[in-house]
Amino acid sequence: MAQANSTVPARKLPGSLETNRRLERWLSINADGTVTLITGKVEIGQGILTALIQMTAEELDIDVSRIRLRAASTAFSPDEGITSGSRSIQESGLALRHAAAEARDLLLARAAQKLGVTLESLTVKDGVISVRGGGSVTYWELATPDLLAREASFDVTSKLPQEHVVVGTSLERVDIPNKVTGKPSFVQDMQLPGTLHGRICRPPGPGATLKAIDLKEVRQMPGVVAVVRDGSFLGVVAEREEQAIRAERRMARIAQWTPGPELPANDPRHLLTLQAEAETEVISTKGNPDNEPETAGAKQLSAEYTKPYIAHASLAPSCAIAHWEDGKVKIWTHSQGIYPLRGDMAQALGLPEQDIIITHAEGAGCYGHNAADDVTLDAVLLARAVPGKPVRVQWMREDEFGWEPFSSPMVMHMSASLDDQGNIINWGHELWSHAHSTRPGGKGGVNLLAAWHLEKPLPAAKPGNPPLPGGGSHRNAVPLYDFPNQKVTNHLIRRSPLRASALRALGGFANAFAIECFMDELAGAAGVDPVEFRLRHLKDARAKAVIEKVAQMAGWKANEQGDGERGRGIGFARYKNLAAYIAVIAEVQVGEEVRVTKLWGAVDVGQAINPDGVLNQIEGGMIQSASMALKERIDFDKVGVTTRNWDDYPILSFVEVPEIEVALINRPEAPPVGAGEGTQGPVAAAIGNAIHNALGARLRDMPFTRDRIVAALSA
Amino acid sequence: MALTIEVNGKTREVQADAETPLLYALRNDLGLVGTRYGCGLAQCGACTVIIDGQPVQSCDVPLSSVVGKKITTVEALGSDASLHPLQKAFIAEQAAQCGYCASGILMAAKALLDSNNNPSDAEIRKALERNLCRCGTHSRILRAIKNAAKEMRGA
Repeated sequence: MAQANSTVPARKLPGSLETNRRLERWLSINADGTVTLITGKVEIGQGILTALIQMTAEELDIDVSRIRLRAASTAFSPDEGITSGSRSIQESGLALRHAAAEARDLLLARAAQKLGVTLESLTVKDGVISVRGGGSVTYWELATPDLLAREASFDVTSKLPQEHVVVGTSLERVDIPNKVTGKPSFVQDMQLPGTLHGRICRPPGPGATLKAIDLKEVRQMPGVVAVVRDGSFLGVVAEREEQAIRAERRMARIAQWTPGPELPANDPRHLLTLQAEAETEVISTKGNPDNEPETAGAKQLSAEYTKPYIAHASLAPSCAIAHWEDGKVKIWTHSQGIYPLRGDMAQALGLPEQDIIITHAEGAGCYGHNAADDVTLDAVLLARAVPGKPVRVQWMREDEFGWEPFSSPMVMHMSASLDDQGNIINWGHELWSHAHSTRPGGKGGVNLLAAWHLEKPLPAAKPGNPPLPGGGSHRNAVPLYDFPNQKVTNHLIRRSPLRASALRALGGFANAFAIECFMDELAGAAGVDPVEFRLRHLKDARAKAVIEKVAQMAGWKANEQGDGERGRGIGFARYKNLAAYIAVIAEVQVGEEVRVTKLWGAVDVGQAINPDGVLNQIEGGMIQSASMALKERIDFDKVGVTTRNWDDYPILSFVEVPEIEVALINRPEAPPVGAGEGTQGPVAAAIGNAIHNALGARLRDMPFTRDRIVAALSA
Repeated sequence: MALTIEVNGKTREVQADAETPLLYALRNDLGLVGTRYGCGLAQCGACTVIIDGQPVQSCDVPLSSVVGKKITTVEALGSDASLHPLQKAFIAEQAAQCGYCASGILMAAKALLDSNNNPSDAEIRKALERNLCRCGTHSRILRAIKNAAKEMRGA
């Protein structure tokens, strides 16, 4: 085995192996014929664990059924930060691919020595190492605990794509059989002996404080074991779940609150009034955007697009279990980042990190920073009142809508000039947004809801905004199109009236929506077909390929016109400008409401580890984005959030969901990238463009409600 | 107080107040955690069970009202040795992302197929009108139910 050459500086190991170099942190080859796979990434409904099993089995040359997964835990897992940004394949997958390839090398070296043969004479099939001409030994005989007790080496060769037999196949998801037979699958389903049930009574809105409450009558209610009040943090622990709910409802009726600062009107354009506190940065310039060359026949266009606060709205409200013993706490949570959560938790509790053991257990589908972390501190604070007893805290539906972190509202000002040939010669994009990351693990504060309500509140960390190239508010703000002159400006207003954080695609949702709708407006002004217009402004061959593919799938006709009710439109983006390429065509039927009848998608995620898994993610992303574009907006008044249940926040239903057709352009030779988030902007734009194609009216504010259609038609 | 209810063909006694929602008795007293809480308001369908042949949101039904009725939960839809055609079809179509909505949708679909073994696409969609899926797995779920109906008809 070649060792890293110490004269070559700054070589990096693949993915998260760079920061978690010990091989035994990732894998264990067991004498019983199994392999334990340990990842710091977590299943959030995206099928990642199945893909990681495939990548590991592939390099080890073992059957996938031999792999056992260990739930991620701060007790033993590699620290892989947060499962987000569609980065798990790149980070955990590439780390495991390398670690498994090295484990195979180490096992082969042992076999060669034991059998007294050369490495070249060995072959492996399902963990059995055979010598050409006779003789064999298995991984399970060769593996000893010291085998992987070492740091990863640099010079390890993993398989070439054409050698793959497991990767690239649609292995069935490992978790689905349990989920369709009703077996315990989620943190909500965990039943530890003696579990008590907790509920939290929240303030009426952000910044409100508890003035008075008579807890005596709550303590006397049936089943109530403990009532916890710490400043404005208020919760109850009861023997039975329905008893905890009843006690919480009583508290909500009798608690007296002092309202917090008045909230502004619910309009994304409120952002424009906060310019004085904006951090303004020009994030891209090309050519001479402020003083473009004079061109005969040039046309200039500008338009303003917006997106409101929207919710993750996971089907299951957040839930966690905490259990204190001897001043230490064990926690089960569906957090996306067990290590960052542990850091914030240690600050909130004043405990050393090693006294907090956090283990991941699945929750319902997670599309970003929801309330998983918050409910965990809730459970820990309530359980502290009943040491020795596990406490399960389940947020109610109104807690989740009222208090989960939302996706920030955004405003995009677009401007461009066309020459007399119908080419874009100058492009401007200015955006206003709050920050898109207030997850635990921020600097200089604690990003957990209950911590802000305590008698001695811990301040929140400064809201973060992931930097480019991935970006946060400015994700996908730099166009992938080739324009001779361009300027993109990010106005970041960190402080948000309602807590804002990461939701699927972050700012990429609204930025790609604005870019792609505006491209259609420009195509219209230039008198050019929208598909042709995009292709002529693109050089990237993979970008062109998905656009051409989706046009072909949908039978797109140049300059096709809607009929006053039915129409079609296209949208495209490369996620973060560095990951998945996705093009979408939407067909809409506009009557009383906008109905999306069909969505076509063409997708290039490089090497597809599990093609059906990619399709499942893409289909889901398309339907969710359609729902957000058509229907979704969080409502609030001067005091707090008024959206409290599914009647207040309708999402696309089974009756309304469109037919979906997705094609995957598989590129086994290209690095694999995530598929979870890339559809957001393209779908919203395709629907906006289809509505325009159908009606001749342009909707620039999401969601595309009936009122807005009526307003646009009468404008 | 003690209430006697019939769940999955067995008589079970639950020590709880009469107004306790059936959901909590199923999950916390009987250990049938496949029926799941989503909203507590009968808006999302994650807690759907079948009561006397009808799909019902168990979060919104007091225990006292189900005494003497036949309750079926997802745990009795099939067995590991012999999955129900709907369960087989959900696996074959990989009709789940997070799968939190699956139990309720399976039970709503079973109630439909028990009364109509050849539903149209529109009838299936209508039967699932009170079941939400946030991950966007709808197309696969619709396809799986159609395939299960076909298998059940022996077609």
